[in-house]
Amino acid sequence: MAAAKTLFDKIWDTHVVHTVEEGPQVLYIDKHFIHEVTSPQAFAGLKKRGIPVYRTEHTIATADHNVPTENQHLPIKDVLSRHQVDTLIRNCKEFGVELYGLGHPYQGIVHVIGPELGITQPGMTIVCGDSHTSTHGAFGNIAFGIGTSEVEQVLATQCVLQRKPKTMKIQVDGELKRGVLSKDIVLYIISQLTTSGGTGHFIEFCGSAIEALSMEARMTICNMSIEMGARGGLIAPDEKTFEYIKGRQFAPVGNEWEKKLAEWQRLKTDTDAKFDAEYYFKAEDIEPMITYGTNPGMGMGITQFIPQVNGTSSSGLEKSLKYMELQGGSQLLGHEIDFVFIGSCTNSRIEDLRLVADMVKGKKKAAHVQAMIVPGSRQVEQQAIAEGIDLILKEAGFELRQSGCSACLGMNEDKIPKGKYCVSTSNRNFEGRQGPGARTMLASPLTAAAAALTGRVTDVRDLLKD
Amino acid sequence: MEKFIRLYSTCVLLPMEDVDTDQIIPARFLKAVSREGFGDNLFRDWRYLENDSPNPEFILNKKGISGEILVAGRNFGCGSSREHAAWALYDYGFRVIISSFFADIFKNNALNNGLLPVQVSDEILTKIFEIVEKDPETIMQVNLEEQLISIENEEIAESFEINNYKKYCMINGFDDIDFLLNKSNEITAFEESRI
Repeated sequence: MAAAKTLFDKIWDTHVVHTVEEGPQVLYIDKHFIHEVTSPQAFAGLKKRGIPVYRTEHTIATADHNVPTENQHLPIKDVLSRHQVDTLIRNCKEFGVELYGLGHPYQGIVHVIGPELGITQPGMTIVCGDSHTSTHGAFGNIAFGIGTSEVEQVLATQCVLQRKPKTMKIQVDGELKRGVLSKDIVLYIISQLTTSGGTGHFIEFCGSAIEALSMEARMTICNMSIEMGARGGLIAPDEKTFEYIKGRQFAPVGNEWEKKLAEWQRLKTDTDAKFDAEYYFKAEDIEPMITYGTNPGMGMGITQFIPQVNGTSSSGLEKSLKYMELQGGSQLLGHEIDFVFIGSCTNSRIEDLRLVADMVKGKKKAAHVQAMIVPGSRQVEQQAIAEGIDLILKEAGFELRQSGCSACLGMNEDKIPKGKYCVSTSNRNFEGRQGPGARTMLASPLTAAAAALTGRVTDVRDLLKD
Repeated sequence: MEKFIRLYSTCVLLPMEDVDTDQIIPARFLKAVSREGFGDNLFRDWRYLENDSPNPEFILNKKGISGEILVAGRNFGCGSSREHAAWALYDYGFRVIISSFFADIFKNNALNNGLLPVQVSDEILTKIFEIVEKDPETIMQVNLEEQLISIENEEIAESFEINNYKKYCMINGFDDIDFLLNKSNEITAFEESRI
């Protein structure tokens, strides 16, 4: 009998074209997503060599990182941004790559549109020049971020040279408490394992708490596996996965669906398979989370106290707290905030917007807070309008913008000003990530919405009581 | 890619942990469509004050500090996959980064651009910090052929790991695309075997 294998190993091993002795492996890639920021130099490389995109049918482009989230029908004002987006349009045309650019009904954040369109499927290998490619792993595939030289490799050969990562199992069992979302699960795990705890590994998330999550909630978890340093994270596909994919634009149909479904149903880690590392958590231990520092590992339960700075520690805590202008030993609860950003490939899907709308319906945001909601895609935006979510948000004083990466990384004009505090549903609280001098507190969409209403860091459970 | 065989240089110290790629090159400077010029904005928000004048406190702005080797704290290059981080370091003039731990994607990106990531133990890293802090003119040798970093008279002669394939690529200036293009028959055969 063949040795027991993890799901990761099964998918990886069936995509290996060649193994370099004492070196990396040539891994075949099923789907390659590209965007305007990390692709221009790769296309330039192809031109220099005079070679085409090898498999245009497996390459999908969108414009998301650098696009405005207002007046997308007008030319982009920022000259450099416009040039970059125009370069993508030109490259896609020249090389025959399908582009869901600005104005296209499928446009959106690359990791939102892949699953939404049914392009992302179980058992695949998926790459993109973006670290949050790990998002797609929620469908039981191997998805990871790559650099631009690797984007060029995939464009040229549909393969990428990679060393096989080690495997890690993270099991979360039990029932989540009220007000706790998948974002809280992943922020909790990162706070326990640190930002380098997963480095060199590919994670499989499992356990009853993970199985109970919707597909969109699972995407949030896999999305942030990179924030613990992991190459990616995946979740074994189940009925929810198949149900989600069925009927989407690029999902298989008819006999092809039946054939694929049979394949997908076999995608599981064998009972006796060994992981290189294993961690176990209890869902009951997890509170709504918030970060206080300048990396995603610096997070805590909303009622907890910020750690004290220990004089001999070189972990950067002192530097972080200075940047954040926060005191070790104090609570964040009640801390006044200035901005709320609900968006990014972590939390900008329709379920996120529904949760926020439910919470703010009939209420008003705090007067001093600017609350920005940026849907992950045109389709999410249209769905929100169809459900009347746009009106609920508007009445509560929230701005519903157009889709893009926006204030997650502040490449466009959506920036948090210096020194201002932003409760954000995005994935990184690095110094200056949301704009030079911006102070980011990462949290779930519910915690972010609660902060917008009260103007302070708030325990969402207090608002859910009634 | 330029060849890398051996280097003698002074070191620049960045004794900070978890230096993320947003610090190495902030997102707002990623709008270029070529690989050149990112060095101007390397460590932008640490290197320059708000009025765009150099921050005299930051290491790259200190008199008498220069070198092609950057020595940084644990978990260097975490965060975004932006290869612009490796381009910025290279464009500025660094050829080697020494740390006790590198983030995965950054490490790949560095190797793909002729920028050598050298991983050493926390103890050796601390020792390098101490030696160079005492004497910024200390010359280090980085020898890729022998996989060795050394400082003469300071009792540092430390070997480092690199896989043979990447070592071969760096020493010869070959990149992965050349290698993959040469595998096109195997790739096509693989595709046919899956149908």
